[in-house]
Amino acid sequence: MAEDIVRVENLKAYYQMNYFGVSREVRAVDGITMSVRKGEVYGIAGESSSGKTSFIKVLAAAIRPPLKVVEGSVKFDFKNGPIDVATATPKEIEAVRWKHLSYIMQGSMSVLNPVRRIGKTFHDFAARPMGLTGKAFEDRVIAHLARLKLPADVLRAYPHELSGGMRQRVTIGLATVCHPEFIIADEPTTALDVVVQKEVLSLIRDIQKEMNAAVVFVTHDMSVHANVADRVGIIYAGRLVEEGPTREMFFAPKHPYTAHLVASLPRIGDVKQRPALEGRPPNLGDPPQGCRFHPRCPLAVDKCRQEVPPLETVGPDHRTACWRWQDVKPLVGASAPSGVMA
Amino acid sequence: MTTLLDVRDVSKRFTMGGIFGRKTVDAVMDANFSLSAENPEIFTIIGESGSGKTTLARMILGLEDPSEGEILFRGQKVSRHGGRAEKLAFMSQVQPVFQNPFEAFNPLKKIERYLESTARRFLATSDKAAIDRAMDEALQKVGLSLKEVHGRFPHEMSGGQLQRCAIARALIPNPPLLIADEPVSMVDASLRMSIVNLLKSLRDDLKVSVIYITHDLATAYYISNRLIIMQRGRIVEMGDARTVLDNPQHPYSKLLKASVLSTDDAGDGKLATDPGMVSAANGLVGQAGKLVVRPDGREVRVYG
Repeated sequence: MAEDIVRVENLKAYYQMNYFGVSREVRAVDGITMSVRKGEVYGIAGESSSGKTSFIKVLAAAIRPPLKVVEGSVKFDFKNGPIDVATATPKEIEAVRWKHLSYIMQGSMSVLNPVRRIGKTFHDFAARPMGLTGKAFEDRVIAHLARLKLPADVLRAYPHELSGGMRQRVTIGLATVCHPEFIIADEPTTALDVVVQKEVLSLIRDIQKEMNAAVVFVTHDMSVHANVADRVGIIYAGRLVEEGPTREMFFAPKHPYTAHLVASLPRIGDVKQRPALEGRPPNLGDPPQGCRFHPRCPLAVDKCRQEVPPLETVGPDHRTACWRWQDVKPLVGASAPSGVMA
Repeated sequence: MTTLLDVRDVSKRFTMGGIFGRKTVDAVMDANFSLSAENPEIFTIIGESGSGKTTLARMILGLEDPSEGEILFRGQKVSRHGGRAEKLAFMSQVQPVFQNPFEAFNPLKKIERYLESTARRFLATSDKAAIDRAMDEALQKVGLSLKEVHGRFPHEMSGGQLQRCAIARALIPNPPLLIADEPVSMVDASLRMSIVNLLKSLRDDLKVSVIYITHDLATAYYISNRLIIMQRGRIVEMGDARTVLDNPQHPYSKLLKASVLSTDDAGDGKLATDPGMVSAANGLVGQAGKLVVRPDGREVRVYG
């Protein structure tokens, strides 16, 4: 088994605000413990306001007020030495950013500067971490773009001159040009249509294999995780509720929320009535007692309303935070193929 | 059989640029289809970005005039021009639901204000009790009630609830036709199915026809009766939703179906699309061809 590239221990990151004498605390990340191995794709799923964006902000070492790490650590093990980004100084973070730790952002239109040519943007982002200038830098960039099947001409283009798919490939190029060991991809395909989405996903997968980088892939679209991730972690209301190998998460989920997410995907060739989950994700400023999923959970019992379930190991690599995980059944007849424990 | 909506040979051409370097873009070319008034159905328009699906919807809503052809709603021509009363009468029959519920509502005003202004307009009354009743009725249809919504601002509700409110607003004048432009793409995964199921129940229980615009083939298969697939402004395949999606015949429809991410082989990471399929589909862009009826009732565009 490969070593871990990052270990997150009991991470708590809260938004703390104090305006006009009224203080508010939003517990966006509330006790997450997980790790990502070298060279794997780890998928993070969760809906809006589940705290997944705050979590990856901490992972990407972009902790700015009002977001504050209250407890826990995020320890990276990079080639140039270990670093805990929760406590590191800006200078230490500067040394790993982009070269070891990079970020594929959501919405390529707003990421690329609209009044700067792509080549300039590459220079702004990557020239300093790579320590190259002039011709040598440009040659490296062109070689890298060729790998992404982009012609060298794009360096002289403005963002608006490129199609959505090309722009997204440019941002992937930006994030990978320094050969980082750890890449965070935040909903890189949400704005794209199906044909281009598949193209971009396979590109991310290929380049990840080639560089043997670890990728944390964030999206709420479970069908993307099915095809890209090696392991999937589900975040609900600031906590990791289940984590496991992709196949098992789809065919033998052990948390009712995962079971629902998987079952709610309609499929071509299947017109069975799909169940819809009632209720809404909880407000993180005032989360419910006990298990945070209990107001929406079909299996909830009294214990769930009072005690927080711990994340327990239920199989190899498979952890879940549910008191009744033994009773969780896949909701829609997803027949488990052979080789998967049900 | 009376027709509710009749789209006849509709084309839309936009011009870009000024006096110098003027260019034209054909957004929609020769679109033809009709919806019947007796059998409410969910009619789906599928296409990638830039395929002209939104332009077509805007023309049906009367926000854009077709360059060629005409759109008839219950025998009346749909047009951007015309009198105020005429337009209001048309708007009470055809209502839109927009993509992003967070942008459809004014964040500074209570949700009921938006519903109220629609009710006031279409009921042509200022009787508070009548307006409240109309709002409550519409909200009941989408599984909410005025009591739940009362006094709340858009940020206090989830995307799914907000999208339900937007649909409720569209239902206030009891329209026979709703135009829903990607109504679920901005809604969270766990709430998405509730919106899709809602559209289905609107058709089955309230007899409302829905034009459902999307690029998601799976939900289209799940709820629609008929669909059209558009590629760069042209309809390339049209027919019964299940017939078309079970076995698409046009190269572009095949490519779309092959690009849908399947969860059946979760964890194997099969992502490569057959490059032959991509080039076959792209090679047909810009070729006119013509729609031919196949024995199973669908129409497919053939070339040469």
